[in-house]
Amino acid sequence: MNDALPAHAPLESIEAVDQGLGAAGYIASRQISTAIYLAHHLQKPILVEGPAGVGKTELAKSVATWMQLPLIRMQCYEGLDESKALYEWKYGKQLLYTQILKDKINSVIGEADNLAVALNKLHDFGDIFFSHQFLEPRPLLRALEMPGGAVLLIDEIDKSDQEFEAFLLEILSDYQVTIPELGTVHASTPPIVLLTSNSTRDLGDALKRRCLHLHIGFPDEKLEARIIASRVPGIDGRLLKQLVSFVQQLRVLDLKKVPSVSETIDWARVMVLLHTSVLEVDLVRDTLNVLLKFEADIEVANKQIAGLTHKARQDAGVPA
Amino acid sequence: MSGFVAGAPSPSEPLRRFFQVARGAGLRVSAAEGIDAARAVDLVGFEDRTLLKDTLGLILAKTPEEKDLYDEAFELYFKRDEFAGKDEAEAEDHVEGGMPQRGPQMGGDGMGGAGGQSLGQLLESDDRAALAAEMEKAAREAGVENIRYFTQKNLYARRILNRMGLRALEREMEAMRQSGAPEYLSRAQVLEGKVEQLRDAVRDFVERSLLLYARGETEKFREELLKSARLSNLERRDLDRMRVLVRQMAKKLAARYAKTRRRRLRGQLDTRRTLRRNMGWGGIPFITVWKQKRIEKPRVMVLCDVSGSVAAMSGFLLMFIYALNEALSDIKSFAFAGSLIEVSDILEKEPVEQAISKIMQTIGYGSSNYGNSFADFEDGWMQFVNNKTTVIILGDGRGNRTDPRTDVIARLSQRCKRIIWLNPEYRSAWGTGDSDMYRYAPFCSLVTVCNTLRQLERVITDILEDAA
Repeated sequence: MNDALPAHAPLESIEAVDQGLGAAGYIASRQISTAIYLAHHLQKPILVEGPAGVGKTELAKSVATWMQLPLIRMQCYEGLDESKALYEWKYGKQLLYTQILKDKINSVIGEADNLAVALNKLHDFGDIFFSHQFLEPRPLLRALEMPGGAVLLIDEIDKSDQEFEAFLLEILSDYQVTIPELGTVHASTPPIVLLTSNSTRDLGDALKRRCLHLHIGFPDEKLEARIIASRVPGIDGRLLKQLVSFVQQLRVLDLKKVPSVSETIDWARVMVLLHTSVLEVDLVRDTLNVLLKFEADIEVANKQIAGLTHKARQDAGVPA
Repeated sequence: MSGFVAGAPSPSEPLRRFFQVARGAGLRVSAAEGIDAARAVDLVGFEDRTLLKDTLGLILAKTPEEKDLYDEAFELYFKRDEFAGKDEAEAEDHVEGGMPQRGPQMGGDGMGGAGGQSLGQLLESDDRAALAAEMEKAAREAGVENIRYFTQKNLYARRILNRMGLRALEREMEAMRQSGAPEYLSRAQVLEGKVEQLRDAVRDFVERSLLLYARGETEKFREELLKSARLSNLERRDLDRMRVLVRQMAKKLAARYAKTRRRRLRGQLDTRRTLRRNMGWGGIPFITVWKQKRIEKPRVMVLCDVSGSVAAMSGFLLMFIYALNEALSDIKSFAFAGSLIEVSDILEKEPVEQAISKIMQTIGYGSSNYGNSFADFEDGWMQFVNNKTTVIILGDGRGNRTDPRTDVIARLSQRCKRIIWLNPEYRSAWGTGDSDMYRYAPFCSLVTVCNTLRQLERVITDILEDAA
């Protein structure tokens, strides 16, 4: 299986995946690397679930960067259908060409004596207007047609309709699609497919069965620190520890929306901009809106800021 | 450890048993997933347990809940397997000539122990490792993975003991005792103690197997029972499970309802929109637009009786309304006993337990006065009722001989789309004593008995579908 895909050679071991993603700026947990490794070798798509902002979409981008494959992204939404996801005929072009070619028709069927002969002559030209030239490939078809393979990201699949989900099944299991006018299109190199979902609705069993199911949760303290360090270069080690400890504590509180990794990154950037090295209660209070997005959550957290900050400083070994 | 790393029985053997364990824990492992898992394991091997766990988890567990189940099952199964594997390895050192290894295909046919030593010798030599291995093998032969109910525990324990050759040993011991020689007698006594220990060990083993293989089944069985149990008969200890079930059901209903909101009417061309869509190329219809039926969101008002006579049930009804509140956007809920209040806010803002107890404290447990409550409704909320509103009334219709005020219900039924009355009492009790059910019935488009979760689900499904 590997020999056919020289471009994917870096996928020879899980450690290689780990390092490759690391080089692309994505600190992966062991599970994530395992998933990518398996996805390639079993040729199965990965369904990535987890709360918003833990790096689901980022994972696809990083895989693409690392493997130097084009990333083809399809954002799902309610009402998304085949013509937007798979292919569409270039109607305008078809129309224009028929207008221009109108005059040529005579030279083709000019000498025909009757209608039947003319029709036959026309037939010999085949379905020129329904050929590849007039086909506008949309993300799914593009991903299949990429000669060297691609990373296909189907983002927020839970936002699409159930019919669309069913329509995806053929692509996901066999890496092929059927276009009535042209026939079945096979992928020359199967793309690496990642689907993401925020679980706003339950996905069908058929889809789930075809995918590897990767659940990315909030990272633990160590991993989060590594992620922040890689995303916010130049951050002071002690500050980093305090930030991470603070956010980890925040996640335990009863909040409407707990801060995720992307928010921690934002917050870390803010802190670096403000040249902070030690968390101060006032500063935290002023910047809390970077972490928390609901007024009610900020209120809840506000009451406990002093305690949380103190604990965070202790964890990082900052003298009181 | 010996295990199944290389050569030894094909990897699908221990895997297959793990699938069974996983199914027992409530995971759905289809044949296709089994094949995928086997392929994945071929890739990563068995050596690295964390890697194996991650790998199988990616394929077998599809939701966060399933991940938890899976983790547990994996730990249980492979922990045990590791010990057994080690034991077998040691056993091999002890007994040259090859102790029968794991798996029925590895020789060791017939009575356990016959290949190497008798059960008596094993017990006397106090070779725990070999004993454990024997037990595993006997258990496999007895088909312990088919155990489903706790009542089968003794049956399987006996089968395992028999396969290990207990009967023969007992005959031997009897013979020793009969012989009367002091050395034999003491030997028999020692053995007796050991046999007792063995029995305990086997019983323990079977219990663990039951946990391993049948937990999912048992849970499912209990859930089925709960769904069709009368809500008023449920006990406190079932509350938690019930809460989960109710939430699941509400979620399912919401998903189904969301799906049917827009339905395409195939075959009916929307001429106006087709022309507009194709304006760009001179009105030649390249793209056709079909008529769509937009389905109205059901506007639901729920009136829930929380008086003493239905107190046992109203907790669940409120729980269900709470779940429905989460699922549907346009729902107003009311609770009444002597009088009526709106509880939508409480249900929206508070977590489920607090909400229910708050409602029950505010208004619950009194004696009900339907007439009064309906009058309250008319004063406060009748103006919000329109011809798209579905009114659901949950209650037994027993107004303690107060004026039933059917006139209010009559006016309500003229204003709203329909009234659905769900009564927890059996039909035979309607109209007896102070029940005014039959007086209200003519104004309702549906009056039905509803006292189990399953009935409740069916009724609500109908409501949502009819709204379509």
